[in-house]
Amino acid sequence: MVQKKLREKAKELLSKKEVDLIIGFGEGSQPLRATPVFVRTPEEADRLVWNSFCENNLATYLHKFNRFKVGIVVKGCDARSVTALALEKRFKPEQIVLIGIPCQRMIDRKKLKKAVKGEIVKVREEGDKIIVSAEDGEVVLRRDDFLYPLCKACTHRNPVQETLLVGDRVEEAALTGPNPEAREFEKKSPEERWAFFEKETDRCIRCYACREACPMCYCTECFVDSSNPKWIEKSLSPSDLQFYHIVRAYHQTGRCTNCGACERACPMDIRLTYLTQKLNQEVEELFQFETGVDPGALPPLSTYKADDPQEFIK
Amino acid sequence: MKFEPLKLNKNEFQSFLKELAKDHDLFAPVRLAEGVSVYRRIDSTDEIDLDAFNPQKPLKELFFPQSEAMLRFEKVENRHRVTSADQIKKPRVVLGARACDIQAVSILDDVFLGKEYTDVYFLKKRQSTTLIAFACNSPLSTCFCASTGGGPFDRKGSDLFFIDLGESYLVEPLTDKGKALTQSTLFVKASQHDIAFASELEKKAVQKTDASLPMEGIEKKLDQLMESRFWDRVHEKCIGCGVCTFLCPTCHCFDIVDEAVNEQGQRVRNWDTCLSSLYSLETSGHNPRPSGRERTRQRVMHKFNYFPKNFKKIACVGCGRCIIYCPVNFDIRQVIQDAQKGEVSKNP
Repeated sequence: MVQKKLREKAKELLSKKEVDLIIGFGEGSQPLRATPVFVRTPEEADRLVWNSFCENNLATYLHKFNRFKVGIVVKGCDARSVTALALEKRFKPEQIVLIGIPCQRMIDRKKLKKAVKGEIVKVREEGDKIIVSAEDGEVVLRRDDFLYPLCKACTHRNPVQETLLVGDRVEEAALTGPNPEAREFEKKSPEERWAFFEKETDRCIRCYACREACPMCYCTECFVDSSNPKWIEKSLSPSDLQFYHIVRAYHQTGRCTNCGACERACPMDIRLTYLTQKLNQEVEELFQFETGVDPGALPPLSTYKADDPQEFIK
Repeated sequence: MKFEPLKLNKNEFQSFLKELAKDHDLFAPVRLAEGVSVYRRIDSTDEIDLDAFNPQKPLKELFFPQSEAMLRFEKVENRHRVTSADQIKKPRVVLGARACDIQAVSILDDVFLGKEYTDVYFLKKRQSTTLIAFACNSPLSTCFCASTGGGPFDRKGSDLFFIDLGESYLVEPLTDKGKALTQSTLFVKASQHDIAFASELEKKAVQKTDASLPMEGIEKKLDQLMESRFWDRVHEKCIGCGVCTFLCPTCHCFDIVDEAVNEQGQRVRNWDTCLSSLYSLETSGHNPRPSGRERTRQRVMHKFNYFPKNFKKIACVGCGRCIIYCPVNFDIRQVIQDAQKGEVSKNP
């Protein structure tokens, strides 16, 4: 069982003092939730859990602990974020011990909540089924119907780089094609696209949970927080909300791993990933680059060559 | 009870709203997307989403909006002209709020309508508003209003109290303002049976609400913990976004900015959050709350220590929003329990 092996691995790393702490998931305080935990002693390693609600990208915590030697529990997408951050020199690669788990794909807790009458009080997974207890007793649901869209489209469920692997590798096969939401978005007319974007961003409360949940958003001063120069106002006017969301997405170009942490963090359920999926798609087509897959390849927008081979640049 | 309880058939509910809308601006939970709602002014009564358990954004938004113009200014022929921003024109009725959110507004009264200062923006909205509360028949597992001095059927602060009986509502006028809204013939006298059924619903709801959170003595306990290592671990998982504070019905920090283009602009008051580094950053570049540790401590201390010191009550109503919507499942209940013990539990 993955969880048992994970705890054993964590105990070993901590007792041999190979890491100062391990960032992993612990049991959440409610059903459908896991919560980040920071484990420092072999005894504490028993707090680690692994299930389909380990949805956060824990790489976002590496900025907090960049003076330590850190073990971190990663899914395929999270592992790619770690590589991308190392390329941006946020820490030295030797500071990080990746505890990689081939991902079973995470369950969309909000979708699950909407599918059942009343509050879900208990949930368990059995193979390809999710069994939830709510108002009308137990309900059995198909796991595949409740995966996050990005997880359904994922082609890097196994960490691509070398990790201390816990669990067996899974076969890489997307249930849908890549970037499913971007493809849906592309089908719309320019007017429909704008209307969609406008409707989604309109309910933004500027809590910046999308920014904070993202490992790649780590600027000491975000452009929205700068008062001199002031790039953006702080109120809820539609133009400011739209501006924030466009710039947030653009700053991810060639850096996003399609983990979906931004969208999962949003308390207002704003659709966000169709924008970054589109950017990822463009970067892949134009530069044949996928974020965090090759630890030696710099993101295309961070490099310059006088003899850039791409025709569209010249 | 000052007034006799009444009854409104659900078939008549729309007519009641239409009557109200004649002389009032109506506000109620409105659905923005599946599972997402906020309090908004409604133009058409079918926009109302009463199924929403508690809108994401709390009731405070109607009295203390996230972004509020305080005044406008412009330069006309070399002279500066300042005008007041839009004010309330019609009496307002808010419909569908739960007891927790209403209790929270009374907590905000202490801040905005205190002995020393009166905030005119808040005051005007408060004075012109009648609150129609809806009893909370099915509290969630994240609800702990019974631990914070309230309850799912708590009537304090409401003008009119609705209890959903299935086919109809039991309607309790609690103030003269509330009573005034029930003059129409749509309301009939409630039967003994209705009243008994409502109190049965109340009993069930109260039983379902977590009353076990140890709030007793939390203020004193936190006094001792100010400089404790306790905070080293409490904050770790917090990513420093503003979800918990923005969605909190009692959090009330704000920032005032001038928005100006060319020669005109407005002074705006925006919600702010103590969890952001920018909040406490000083002009010199010094930040007295340099990390998540101090910022998380501030959030907890303000609610459970500073606020009780100033106003003799905690600034938490147990609505559970900060627990439900936190991206990393930071649970304030756990912090309270741990603070009472003085150490962070190993198995949260």
